[in-house]
Amino acid sequence: MSSTLYTSFTPEKPPLLDAVQKVTLALGSLGLLLMLISWAGVSLPSKALMFYTSMGLIFFGVIVYSWRTYMIQPAGIKNNGNFFSSISHRGVLAWISAILITGFYVVLYLKAEYLGLGDTENSGLVAFFDPLSQLMHSKKASQWFVYGVLYTLAIVAFGIKFIFKYRHNRYEIIRTISVMFFQLFFAFLIPEILEMLHPETATNYFGKDMKNMWPLDYDFFDSWHIQNLSKGGLMGSFFLILGLLMIFVISPILTYKFGKRWYCSFVCGCGGLAETAGDPFRHLSDKSMKAWKVERWMIHTVLLFSFVMTIAIIYGYLGNEPDRYLLSRSTFTWLALIGLIGLSAVYFILQTKNVEDGSKNSKYIISGVVVLAALILLFNYLAGSGNAYFLQNYGFRQAYGLWVGAVFSGIIGVGFYPIMGSRVWCRFGCPMAALLGIQQKLLSKFRITTNGSQCISCGNCSTYCEMGIDVRAYAQKGQNIVRASCVGCGVCSAVCPRGVLKLENGSSDIFSKTAEQKAIHITEDQVRMLS
Amino acid sequence: MHVYIIGNGISGVTAARFLRKNSDCEITILSSETDHFYSRTALMYIYMGHMGFEQTKPYEDYFWKKNRINLINTHVNKIDFDTKILKTSSKGDLSYDKLVLALGSSSNKFGWPGQDLKGVGGLYAIQDLERIEEYSKGLNRAVIVGGGLIGIEMAEMFHSRHIPVTFLVREKNYWDIVLPAEESAMVNREIRRNGIDLQLETELVEIVDDGDGQCCAVKTSKDDTIECGFVGLTAGVHPNVKFLNESALEIDRGIKVNRYLETNIDDVYAVGDCAEQREPAVGRRPIEALWYTGKMMGETVAYNILDQKIAYDPGIWFNSAKFIDIEYQVYGEVSGRPPDHHDSIYWEHEDGNKSIRLVYNKNTEKIVGLNLMGVRFRHEVCEKWLAEETDLHTVVQQLNLADFDPEFYKSYIADVQALYTSSTGKPIEKPVKKTLKRVLAFLGK
Ligand SMILES: Cc1cc2nc3c(=O)[nH]c(=O)nc-3n(C[C@H](O)[C@H](O)[C@H](O)COP(=O)(O)OP(=O)(O)OC[C@H]3O[C@@H](n4cnc5c(N)ncnc54)[C@H](O)[C@@H]3O)c2cc1C
Ligand code: SF4
Ligand code: SF4
Repeated sequence: MSSTLYTSFTPEKPPLLDAVQKVTLALGSLGLLLMLISWAGVSLPSKALMFYTSMGLIFFGVIVYSWRTYMIQPAGIKNNGNFFSSISHRGVLAWISAILITGFYVVLYLKAEYLGLGDTENSGLVAFFDPLSQLMHSKKASQWFVYGVLYTLAIVAFGIKFIFKYRHNRYEIIRTISVMFFQLFFAFLIPEILEMLHPETATNYFGKDMKNMWPLDYDFFDSWHIQNLSKGGLMGSFFLILGLLMIFVISPILTYKFGKRWYCSFVCGCGGLAETAGDPFRHLSDKSMKAWKVERWMIHTVLLFSFVMTIAIIYGYLGNEPDRYLLSRSTFTWLALIGLIGLSAVYFILQTKNVEDGSKNSKYIISGVVVLAALILLFNYLAGSGNAYFLQNYGFRQAYGLWVGAVFSGIIGVGFYPIMGSRVWCRFGCPMAALLGIQQKLLSKFRITTNGSQCISCGNCSTYCEMGIDVRAYAQKGQNIVRASCVGCGVCSAVCPRGVLKLENGSSDIFSKTAEQKAIHITEDQVRMLS
Repeated sequence: MHVYIIGNGISGVTAARFLRKNSDCEITILSSETDHFYSRTALMYIYMGHMGFEQTKPYEDYFWKKNRINLINTHVNKIDFDTKILKTSSKGDLSYDKLVLALGSSSNKFGWPGQDLKGVGGLYAIQDLERIEEYSKGLNRAVIVGGGLIGIEMAEMFHSRHIPVTFLVREKNYWDIVLPAEESAMVNREIRRNGIDLQLETELVEIVDDGDGQCCAVKTSKDDTIECGFVGLTAGVHPNVKFLNESALEIDRGIKVNRYLETNIDDVYAVGDCAEQREPAVGRRPIEALWYTGKMMGETVAYNILDQKIAYDPGIWFNSAKFIDIEYQVYGEVSGRPPDHHDSIYWEHEDGNKSIRLVYNKNTEKIVGLNLMGVRFRHEVCEKWLAEETDLHTVVQQLNLADFDPEFYKSYIADVQALYTSSTGKPIEKPVKKTLKRVLAFLGK
């Protein structure tokens, strides 16, 4: 592609948008408009045609527009104007989008009838998606189908945009293709196709995101889900075993080898949306020490909540319907006790083994709380209580589903992209991220290496870290970056103008990888020798 | 003991940090540029909208109080070294026990006609950036004078806002005193690829006044007149020491310091851009206006102030920069005018945007320098090869250890090895493979 279009010889400042961009913007908006009109209740002539036209216009609108934006410039870091633009720097457009997206999520989670969801017949927006739903599994669409289609569309279209933007960086390209692939196939197409092939048992367990795993997939251990899986024949058992293997075997191994990025930046749908549609907002994450403190409290609280909720639920149904399960309540209680105390002990030992990073008290607090959670369970079990944690077992699940599942991960998590950055959920709320993060920090080969003394403290890395990590604070000291929250997106390394950062894995220094490599250049020995 | 530091740049701030780390003395930093330390190297990114000013501050504002480092925004007009008093513009007289001068630089002006007109300026301080911002509105063209690192940054800045740029470079090729010919040609191409009007072997003759004291054009040595509303002067910097010229302090171009960074006056030290070494390390210049050296001097001076004497040792030369989209790193001795006993293995990618150069001593076949364009190398590995005067052959054989490009990037190491073999006839047996484990073992970690 010739780059003469983007030239300084242009006698005048080029217009904000060129003709191609204007046209594609108009077409994309038209696609969106069709969707909105149908939501407003206007009945359109050919439903199917309108639907596909709308989706197609939006998809190609995004792609051609971004092709025009990036492909006419030489490849390289293109963050020009991010701090001036209204949409990417908390201007009016950002606030408007935040309000609209938040509003959409509120309706989606809490008032789906406003989208047009009907008991027998859909109307409005949900009905707009009926043609595709009919095609894929011969039934009307649900609000989750609408959401799934839009979500997948966003990841794929903005993923392509992201690839244009980072086309010089193979790490970013491969990682983005990976999230697009997992979203398109594992979260969307395969479940929908399986559902089409097995209409009888389908909704019971196939119609969901296959790459989701507990604790992100918080209803994995719900009784209906376990029941459906175990009764679901070969496929059901396969999913059950895969789910358990993922949690207890595959994930710990992959996290050990590559850090949590194998999930957060290559597989996960929440991460996928953040990295693609959320990319223009990544620099908005708060880098302050205060935000880091809030983050640690918040995310670990959610993690604890998800543990307690899951234990309470299982404890509940094993006690209420003992005949339906292989596992008895007492076995489960003892397993959970051993699990929790074992986890806390392993955590404590690893934390001690690793080079201390200053947060000394945290290991006592965290292990203490986990042991406490085990003891309360024991107490209730011995007291013969039907509830594992005093309150109604299922109450935990409901509270969790509402506050964490809907409000946090959806409404705040995505709705606040334009204000708080793209990974609010991943950083402050995701129990999966918390769990993988603890392992990443304590028992993983992954780190970001700092290249000797090449850092010029410019701040690009910290600015563009969507997780709000102050990467520069480490880089300028010559220290590796080993942080629980790092999702390994690689953008800090990409934007660094001095080639200072490299994401890599190595086993030989696994417990000392956080050590300061050099205090700039004078060692204590040198000073002593001369003094 | 109360240590005053004039200058809140990297060298002054590093001195303060290490003083605090190793002592309990009272520390005060004075500066009239900004309230807080920021990264001068990121000025271009503020203008280009990659970051705001806040993002360029390496430490949050609470840091200073927490570490008991006083910050005062004031200008020091005069220093009375006999009574140890600093005369400031807004805080009266301040009395020091020990004084660190970390004054930084100012942009060079070579007496060009019109150099003091409005719309003419360098890029050094945040105030310069504010001025550039002011002139950018509706700017028809910017002319940049001086083919160094700040010049190309300034060109990229205007370019990012779609303001036409003419870049006047006196040399035959961009920065060809430092860059070898091929690399220099690569940067020429990069500048032009972006549509910047690069005029080589062209000097500024005069800046034309529009009648209102504002520049409106430049005349060049090629007898051209180029209309422009802004002229950027980036022909190097000099130590910012003018206000001390009449004092007892020994100053040549910069403030003269010995290896312990002490000046000729007791209890007065100088670091960073403003310091001039009496006995520079072998192969090094007496003044090195660099972020890295400022940082090292700041650290060194802290120990010396605390009477733990240690000589300033800048270590093995390294530097880095970015030429629009091409990253550049250098380790050891690489020059645009190499001495006769130097030769090099030079590999360039077919796209013309990446290269690896290994410079060696022809007589001894030892490595003396590495120059990278569009490829990242590992600092500590290169440093170790250079410090140990490793044979070129061994370096080529171990070359994978230095590869610092992101994962999944295509590695060019095998190409360099093949080139080495084809040009020397020496096969590389068992090239060392690339894993972090091997790197750590090599570095003894
Ligand atoms: C645009 C730009 C890009 C650069 N990029 C790089 C790079 O990529 N790599 C690299 O190695 N180097 C780079 N440099 C050079 C590097 O930034 C300097 O070498 C370094 O900042 C010097 O630090 P310092 O602490 O010596 O002085 P400074 O940072 O200049 O700090 C001196 C401070 O003292 C203040 N001061 C001076 N006199 C007085 C007084 N009388 N009273 C009160 N205050 C006073 C000044 O206002 C200033 O704030 C770059 C420089 C510029 C301008
Ligand atoms: S530290 Fe770097 S790799 Fe990790 S999340 Fe932040 S930007 Fe991404
Ligand atoms: S982007 Fe690179 S040079 Fe800039 S602060 Fe981060 S690590 Fe240092």
